[in-house]
Amino acid sequence: MKSVLPVLTVVAAILAFWLAAVVPMNMHLVADQAQRDGLEVSPETPVARQEVSGVGLAFRNPHLIPLTYDFVRPRLPAPQQVAGEMYDTIIDKKITSKRSLVYHGWVTLAPTLLGFAIGTGLGILLAVGIVYSRVMDRSVMPWAIVSQTIPILALAPMVIVVLGSMGIQGLFPKSLIAAYLSFFPVVVGMVKGLRAPDAMQLDLLRTYNASKAQGFWSLRLPASVPYLFASLKIGIAASLIGTIVAELPTGARAGFGARMLVGDQYGQPLVSWAALFAAALTAAALVGLFGLIERITLKRMGMQAA
Amino acid sequence: MTMNSVISAQNLDLTFQTNDGPIHALKDVNLEINQGDFVSFIGPSGCGKTTFLRVMADLEQPTGGTVTVNGVSPAEARKARAYGYVFQAAGLYPWRTIGGNIRLPLEIMGISKAEQTKRVSRVLELVDLAGFERKFPWQLSGGMQQRASIARALSFDADILLMDEPFGALDEIVRDHLNEQLLKLWARTEKTIAFVTHSIPEAVYLSTKIVVMSPRPGRITDVIESPLPKERPLDIRDTPEFLEIAHRVREGLRAGHLDE
Repeated sequence: MKSVLPVLTVVAAILAFWLAAVVPMNMHLVADQAQRDGLEVSPETPVARQEVSGVGLAFRNPHLIPLTYDFVRPRLPAPQQVAGEMYDTIIDKKITSKRSLVYHGWVTLAPTLLGFAIGTGLGILLAVGIVYSRVMDRSVMPWAIVSQTIPILALAPMVIVVLGSMGIQGLFPKSLIAAYLSFFPVVVGMVKGLRAPDAMQLDLLRTYNASKAQGFWSLRLPASVPYLFASLKIGIAASLIGTIVAELPTGARAGFGARMLVGDQYGQPLVSWAALFAAALTAAALVGLFGLIERITLKRMGMQAA
Repeated sequence: MTMNSVISAQNLDLTFQTNDGPIHALKDVNLEINQGDFVSFIGPSGCGKTTFLRVMADLEQPTGGTVTVNGVSPAEARKARAYGYVFQAAGLYPWRTIGGNIRLPLEIMGISKAEQTKRVSRVLELVDLAGFERKFPWQLSGGMQQRASIARALSFDADILLMDEPFGALDEIVRDHLNEQLLKLWARTEKTIAFVTHSIPEAVYLSTKIVVMSPRPGRITDVIESPLPKERPLDIRDTPEFLEIAHRVREGLRAGHLDE
């Protein structure tokens, strides 16, 4: 409960900044529209208005300020507009509707989870290989690091297009991008975790004449669990981002990424913003879920959560 | 080598190659440890006492000379699980209960579940921790954790116990208590114990044989056979016999320093 107040403070600060920004961001559009509707606007010509900043325009036309919070196609929508759009598309719309964010959410979530599972599995396997094999330690780790320096925005369309030309479409290509982003934190965390046991603990097993497999299952693997969870929380968020990026440039018709693009292309900023916030909330929920599993697991293992 | 010699070292040498040049950790070490002995190794840091213990345990490889444990090489003795090793820190697995930690070597050695349960309760009894089986390490004090680690070393019934400053990190009151308990345990189990320490009273109180060592190069400067009886209450430490041995140990340590 102690963390609630600081979090709320930050949220309030962001909201205040947002609310303040809505006025200057939308002022020019609102002034143009108001003039067309026959309202008094100063300065009178659009060209003259371009010379004035959004803040300046607001000072000269205070009666237009309320309109900036309720504009149909705003440059920056007001918070309550985004909330309204989200309520409309998450709760009011049927899940089967093409406008339902729940439907689009699932389209994004499914490849996210599949990609995350692939990435985590691959990450753990690579980490085990790196810890137990000198050759893999030298050869795999540099490539894993290089893989993360390639801009995913450049790589994702290539992968999707290549796979598409081979007839592979839908869930799997997106999962591949999600896995590509999520395996790395798992590799780094698990390598650190599997190497966490100190020399004394390894010596102890040596005095028992324990095999390598016994050392792995009884010492290295349990010791790595706290590290694994830290990685999983980063990995699941990265997976979601990977999936959304994979949906952006390829003409996907469904998913959060597709909604963001549609809103942008068809002048419906509310659709973009609602998808953006829904994606953020989904990521927060996933990270929170893994945080919960972490606490339960570590408690059952007799270790306090970090 | 006598009939009942358990550990025997002849002309033992060990040099570590480090970035700052070679370090002569052990030089020409000769020692016999007989069955049922309680042998303490005492000396300042860098005298090679821990290294010597680790050589017996096959955790370090000597660069010269020979060591036998139970008549075979340390490596073979380790594979035969001939000794239990107690480290400076308890090193219990935080994710295992006290019982689970003691069960660890038994699981690794493939001992049956029923036998594991029997042995765990028996060794917990031995170190006076009955009733703590289901507790996690963090719920125990440092002294209790170290006792649990001794129980872990006892659980698979090796005849030899190698102890590397097991009570070094504990305060003196706890240490006195554990020393007393260790002597009782030694009397009951009739194990051969090799015990590294840098406390003179601890070495004299516990041992049948005190090995005084000195550094650069690590070597044995004196071996004292204790005339004290096997039965030793804590107040034996105020007797003239006790103080005389302590004095001889101190002299041995000082002589080692004067050599430099």
